[in-house]
This record gives sequence, structure tokens and C-alpha cells, in this order.
Amino acid sequence: MTADRRPQRGLGAGAGLKPEHYRDILEGRPGVDWFEVHAENYMGAGNGAGGPPHVFLERIRARYPLAVHGVGLSIGSADGLAPGHLARLAAVVARYQPLLVSEHLAWSTHAGVFLNDLLPLPYTDATLALVVRHVDQVQTALGRSILIENPSTYFRFETEQMTETAFLRELARRSGCGLLLDVNNVFVSAVNHGFDPLDYLADFPLESVGEIHLAGHAAIEMAGGEALLIDTHDRPVADPVWELFQALVARIGPRPTLIEWDAEIPTWPQLADEVERAARLLQEAREWTYRSSVLSHAVGEEGTRCAATGR
Amino acid sequence: MREPPEANDLRAWQSVFAASLLRAGAIMPDRQAVHRNNTRASLSSALAARFPVVRRLVGPDFFRAMALCFIERQPPRSPVLAEYGAGFAHFLDGFAPAREVAYLADVARLEWARHLAFHAEEAAALSIERLTAVAPDRLEQVRLGLHPAASVVASAWPVVSIWTTNAHDQEVRPLGDGAGSECALVTRPELHVLVSALPAGSDRLVAALAEGNGLAEAVARAATVEGFDTATALSVLFRSGAVASLSVGSFHSMELS
Ligand SMILES: [Fe+2]
Repeated sequence: MTADRRPQRGLGAGAGLKPEHYRDILEGRPGVDWFEVHAENYMGAGNGAGGPPHVFLERIRARYPLAVHGVGLSIGSADGLAPGHLARLAAVVARYQPLLVSEHLAWSTHAGVFLNDLLPLPYTDATLALVVRHVDQVQTALGRSILIENPSTYFRFETEQMTETAFLRELARRSGCGLLLDVNNVFVSAVNHGFDPLDYLADFPLESVGEIHLAGHAAIEMAGGEALLIDTHDRPVADPVWELFQALVARIGPRPTLIEWDAEIPTWPQLADEVERAARLLQEAREWTYRSSVLSHAVGEEGTRCAATGR
Repeated sequence: MREPPEANDLRAWQSVFAASLLRAGAIMPDRQAVHRNNTRASLSSALAARFPVVRRLVGPDFFRAMALCFIERQPPRSPVLAEYGAGFAHFLDGFAPAREVAYLADVARLEWARHLAFHAEEAAALSIERLTAVAPDRLEQVRLGLHPAASVVASAWPVVSIWTTNAHDQEVRPLGDGAGSECALVTRPELHVLVSALPAGSDRLVAALAEGNGLAEAVARAATVEGFDTATALSVLFRSGAVASLSVGSFHSMELS
């Protein structure tokens, strides 16, 4: 009669998969819900797409759900997507059948040269039209919808016509893509541009969030003594980022959440601790949203009865 | 793909920005320079991870400077970073500041061959018993198929000794006066990449096999090189997992006989 309101067991807390941890994972079978790989690390080299990366990923894929995170498609390139690279992404997706596929709101290739960084885009109508067209092209090639991730940014453009959250909302609406909300990126950009990260989350199209990222960042001092946060993925998640994450999932309920640690790779137990912390917060959010949904349901029924008896 | 005209502004900006990320000495505002640092540092550490012995031979500071020169001249053309560095050995051939370390480019060739072997397709390697089981009168007709991970780096320098000493963090031993050319065989029969020394001339043997020639023809091409030894070459090839298939005769030769 009523919808099942019990907490759903979906993808909970996962970890970015690193070769350093292949053996820990296969031998220890840790209670991590899922793993995410960078698509480009499984595209081989030269003519080969075999070797230890695939041997280990196939074994891990047999035991855990997987997400594929592209880092080189350059969705914001004004000179178009590279068809060859899109085909290679499609091959990785076909081979590993991931539950989630994501890419970035950024560009990284120009005139065929790959710059190996996620570069920012001006949020204009022209950029939006370009990105919508490219996301559409990717979704058509993969035969599925993808998630697009909000970036960490260090500078802004004078020519901007909309906010990042408005851009992402329109992108999701026009292309039908979901969004990957990187809470660390929100915090990094908030500090770098002096806005309140809670305001950003309040404006974010939360109904489109299909995945959450958490990662560590570094602070550098610029020439004028001004601090700038850099999205380094080389250390534990910072406390204010955990707090933002907690506030976010208290509001929207649990979502698949990933710890990204891509440089200065920690031991497996250290990374597992971070995943465990995310899992605890997701569990709290699951219980909280369950209780509040039961409560609002009960209040709703009570209200109906009162109305019916005219009290 | 053609983009509509509104994208022209973005394209022009991306073009200028991309150039300043790579160009030596480009001055950018601090906040934009974050990306310049990311690009240059991440690409130079990708090269350092791919060429660890080259780095050890010249030292980390020299390597970084050398890597940045390479990055400016030959930036990656693919978002698959594992494909970056194919031209590094050739770049080192002409890199004047490193001319004193004459064998540096060949060490880079060996490290690149190891990298490709790591990513090669899987195949089962044959043991030498498959060859010794062939009747002696039919050896002439044997054809060997190379394993997808197998390749050879022939050098005028003792490239295997240099690589082995430096890769395994042994104490650096001075090369004796007699240290001459070496021919390195790179293989990956299972999960681990192996480097073995082949007798001189084996590069010709392996090249002939790779072109599809029979074993007899391949041996004949290598035998003209002084120091070539068929038994040792075949033993090393099989033992290291360089051979993935063996057939005796061919449709063509059977038709003739
Ligand atoms: Fe992320």
C-alpha cells in the first residue's frame, strides 16, 4: 500500500583503487562496498591492453562493484572530443560493466596535446551549449548516462554569465546526465573564492547527485601571503570537508561515496580507515532519513485521521 | 568536429592557456600558475616513474630539468599517460647536456621496452621441451611465434649490466675495460617483467622471427655476427618466456615436400 521506506542497501562507501593495494584487497577481502578506477589507467599502452592492471582488476571486479572515472576525455575542449579516446573509454566500460561512469566539468586537451590537469571553464551560455553537446555525444557512445563532477577552481573568469551550480543544473537538465558532487572540490573552491560552501550546497541541484567524492587538499601561500587550497588527493580528508559531507547526507540521504587518494599513496589500513569513517556517516544518514521518513509518514496519517473526524 | 562560432572565444583562450602551461619561462598570475605547476610536475613525475634507472644515473634534479625539456618539445598526444615517453630515448640521443652518459638513451630504450611488456596482451609461454621434442630432421622446418610481451634492445653498451645494477639498488660497480655491447631480452611470461642478456646477434634472430621467418632462416641471419651462439640464444629465449607458439613445417613447405 505504502512505498517501502526501509533503508536501501546500495553502494555505500568505496575507495579509489590503486595498484599498491591490489594484494591487500584480494588477500584481505576488506568490507569496502565498492571501488573506483581511473578509466585511462586501464587503456593499456602501445598495442597492448593486458598485463597486471587487468589481471588484478578482473579479480577485484569479480568480488566488488566497480565505478569507472574518466580523467582524460576533456569534455570542455572547444575543439571537440577525441573520437579515438571516446572509443577507448567505451571499451573499458564494456569490459568491466561498471555501476557508475563519471567525468569532469573541465578540459585537459587542446589541439591534440594532453595537458594532464583538469582545467577550468568559463560558465557562459556558449560553454554550456558545448558541454551539453559533448556529454550527449559521450552518453550516446556509451549507451548510458554519466555523472559529471564539479571541479576545484583557482581563478574565475570575468566573462561568466552564471554560477557553477546554475551551470551544472542546466547541464543535468538538458543532457540528462547525473552529477558527481565532490565535497572537497566545493570546499577548495569556496576557500579560494571566498564563498560559503553551505550556500553552494544549498544552490546545488542535489536531486541529480549520483555519487559523492571526498579527498584531501593542500594549502599553499601565494606571493601576497594569500592562502590558496590545491586539490591534491595526497592526504586524509580535512575535518571541515567531513562536516560538509555530514551536513549534505543528513539532507539528501546516503549516496555512493568515494575516498580519493591518488598521490603519496597510504597503506591499505590507512585508506580503509577513511572509508570506514565515510561508511559510519552514511549509516547515520541512513538511520536519520529512515526515522524522519517514518515520522513524517506517521504525522501524515495522524493528520489525515484528524481531518476525517473533523477535529 | 566543427563547433559553432560562439565557441571561438573559448577556443582562442584555451589555445593561449594551453601554450603557457607548457612553454618554458611563461609568466602567469599565481592562481593560473597552479595549473602550469600541475601540468609540468605531473608529467615529469610520470616520466620519472617510467624511467627510474635513467633518473638514478643522472640524479633527480638533472632528470627533472631534462624531463621538462622533453615535455616542452614533445608533450603527450594522448590522455592515456601510459603511452607517454615513447620518444624519450630518441630525445636523449640528441640531448647534448647528457652526452657524457653515452649509454643513457639505450637504458631509456630498455626501460620503455619493460613498460610496453608490462602492458602487453597475455599469452602462455612455451617451455624449451617443446623444441627439444622436435625430431632432429625436422628442426629445419620449425617456426617460432614470439610472445606479445617479448622484445629486444641491442646496445653498444653493457645495457643489461647497467640496468640490473641500478634497478636493484646494488652498489654501483665500475664497468671493467672489457665491458662491451650487450643485447637485452625483455619478457613478461606472467606478472613480472624480466630482463635477460642474449648472445650478440640475437637481435637479428628475434627480428627475423618477428617478420615471420622460420627458425632456420632466423639463425642463419644471426650467425654472421661474431659471438652468436644458437644454443644459448634459444635457451634464454625459451627460459625467459619469449616464445608463445611453435609449429613444424608450414602448409607451403609441406606442399613442396
Ligand atoms: Fe573528485
